[in-house]
Amino acid sequence: MLLRVENLSKSFPVEFSIFGKPTKFLRALHEISFEVEAGSIFSIVGESGSGKSTIARILSGIYKASGGQIFYNEKVLEDPSKNRDIQMVFQDPDTSLDPRKTVSFIVEEGLRIQKIEGKRERRRLVLDTVRSVGLTEEVLVKYPHQLSGGQKQRVAIARSLVLKPKLLILDEPTSALDVSVQAQILNLLVELKERYQLTYILITHDLKIVNHLSDYTMVMYLGQIMEIGRTEDIIHKPLHPYTRALLESVPKPGLDNLSEFSIKGEIPSPLNPPKGCPFKTRCPLCFERCQENPELVDLENRKVRCHLYKREV
Amino acid sequence: MNPLLTVEDLVVEFKISKAKFRAPDGVSFTVMRDECVGFVGESGSGKSVTALAIMGLVPKPQGRVLRGKIVFDGTDLLKTDEHPRGKKISMVFQNPLNSLNPNLKIGKQLTEVLEEHYGMSYRQAMERVVQVMKQLGIPDPEEMVKRYPFEYSGGMRQRVMIAMAMLCEPKLLIADEPTTALDVTIQAQIIQLFKQLKNQSKTSILFISHDLSVISQIADRIIVMYAGKICEISPMKELFEKPLHPYTVGLISSIPDMKERKTRLKSIEGNVPSLVDPPSGCRFHPRCQQKMKKCIESEPPLFSIQGREVKCWLYEGVEE
Repeated sequence: MLLRVENLSKSFPVEFSIFGKPTKFLRALHEISFEVEAGSIFSIVGESGSGKSTIARILSGIYKASGGQIFYNEKVLEDPSKNRDIQMVFQDPDTSLDPRKTVSFIVEEGLRIQKIEGKRERRRLVLDTVRSVGLTEEVLVKYPHQLSGGQKQRVAIARSLVLKPKLLILDEPTSALDVSVQAQILNLLVELKERYQLTYILITHDLKIVNHLSDYTMVMYLGQIMEIGRTEDIIHKPLHPYTRALLESVPKPGLDNLSEFSIKGEIPSPLNPPKGCPFKTRCPLCFERCQENPELVDLENRKVRCHLYKREV
Repeated sequence: MNPLLTVEDLVVEFKISKAKFRAPDGVSFTVMRDECVGFVGESGSGKSVTALAIMGLVPKPQGRVLRGKIVFDGTDLLKTDEHPRGKKISMVFQNPLNSLNPNLKIGKQLTEVLEEHYGMSYRQAMERVVQVMKQLGIPDPEEMVKRYPFEYSGGMRQRVMIAMAMLCEPKLLIADEPTTALDVTIQAQIIQLFKQLKNQSKTSILFISHDLSVISQIADRIIVMYAGKICEISPMKELFEKPLHPYTVGLISSIPDMKERKTRLKSIEGNVPSLVDPPSGCRFHPRCQQKMKKCIESEPPLFSIQGREVKCWLYEGVEE
C-alpha cells in the first residue's frame, strides 16, 4: 500500500474559556481509516461539511491531525508537509496561483524552496513539466491573469508535478472550469497518471467524474465513512441509503430523472451532529436502532456504516 | 399565441479601460407563455448579461445596450419608463447570501416586496409570505420569518429567494444558475421545486445554467450560447437525441457517462475565445473539427430546420 490512514481524527476548537482553554470542539473527522493502492485513483465524495477537504489538508500537511496515524510506504509519516512525494492541486487556480508572479516563477518555486538542482537544470525541469501538461513555452513569461481557466489549472498541475510526486491530491480539480475545458483537464490527468505512474486521491462532489476515473470510492458524511469500496460496486450497487441518495440526485443529461428523488432536508451542522447514526435525520429507511451509531461493517469487498447490513460470517 | 417575451438582435457593449467587447452580440429569441426555456453556455458567453438586460440591470457605466428590442407582454422594455421588474418579471441569482440583506429578518425582506408593489399592510403581507413559504417547502414558516439570513441553511436561503421572486406571481421568472452554489442533494430538491412551479403556476421560466444535465431536467426548449452568439435553439429532447451544432455535439459528449465507463472523454480542444478580439466568421471555427473555408470568412445566419434553429454553415441548403 502506498498510503494507509488509520483512525484519523480532527477536531477544531470553536469556543474558549476566558483562560483561552478550548471548551467546545467541532468534530470534522472521526476515526477515518482507508488505504490507497499505488497506481490507483481513490475518490472521496460527500457534501460540503462532510470532511473530505479536511482529509486532503491533513495529508498535505496544512492541518495537523488530532489523532490517528498516516503510513506512507508502510512507514509512519510524522510530518506530511515534509514529504515531497505528496503534492496537492487546489480547486480554484484563481486563488491558488500568485497573481503577481509569472508562470515560470510559480512552477519553479517548489524546486527552489526544496533546493533541487542548479538554476539551469531547474529551468529545464520547469520547461519539460510545462510542456507535459500541454502548454507551450510562451506561457512561461505570462502572468496568471493572461491565461484562460483551463491553462491556469494546467499551471497548477505543473507546479505540483515538477517536484516528481508519487501521490497527487486533487481537490475538486475541475469544478471551477467551463464544461468544455473540464473534459480536457480530466483527459490530461489520466495521461499524466500513466506517463509518470502517479497515484491520485480525487476529492469531488461530482459522481460522474468519480465513475469515469476512479478505482476506489469513499463516501463521507459528517466526518465519518458511510461506505467504502470499489467504485464500480459503489456506483452500480450502492448499499448505504446516503450513497443511494447521492446517486439519485445526479442530474442526467437529456433525461428528466430527478422526479422520484426522495431525500429530504440538509446535512446537519457539524457543531451539533445528531446522536446515533449521523444520517438518521434524512434517511428514508430510519428505524429504532438508528438511535445508536452503527459500526462500519465489513461486507464482501466493501465496508458500510448502516444497521441494515450485518457482518457476514 | 403571441410570445410573452421577444428579444430581437440584442447587443450589449462593455467598455473596460480601453478594451471593448460585446456579449450578447445580436441575440434573438422568444419565450412563450407558460414555457420553460433553458439558457446554456460557458462563462463569458453572454447568458447572464442577456438576463440582466431583460431586467434592465446592465451594470453602468461600463455596460450599455447598444441596440435591439426586448418586448415583454406588449411593451418594449428598453423604451419604457416603468420597468415591470420585481412585479411581472423577477429574478433569482446564484448566491442567495449576496442577494439577501444580512441585517434584516427574512420576514421583513419578504413583506417589503408586497408593501412596495401592492401597498399591502404588514399583516396582510405577512399572511401571504407565510403562505408562499409553505408552498415552497420551507418548514414552520411562522417561526422562520423571524430569523436572519445567516440562520438559514444554503438550500433554505435559495427557497427564500424563490419565494421572494414568486410573491407577486410574476409572468416571467429568470433564474441565473440557481443551483450552482448548492450540494447535489440540495440541487435535486431545488430542481424539483422549479418543476413544481412550472407545473402549478402560470409563470414562464428562463433558466440559466452552465450545466446541460441540470437544464435538461426542467427546460422545454434549450438555447445554446457561445461567445456572445446563439448556436442552436432546440426542444430539449431533440437537442440530446440529435444535437446539430458542432459545439452542442462537443458539449454533450464531454459529459462523463454514468452507465458506461470510457477511458477518454471526448473534449472540445482549445479555449473559449476572447471577446475583445473575437474570431472572424463563425466564432466557433478555431475549435471546430468540421470547419470549412466559408466558416472563417463569414458568419453563418440562424438556419431553421424542423422547428429548430442552428447557426452553422453545415446546414445551409438543408433548410425547410
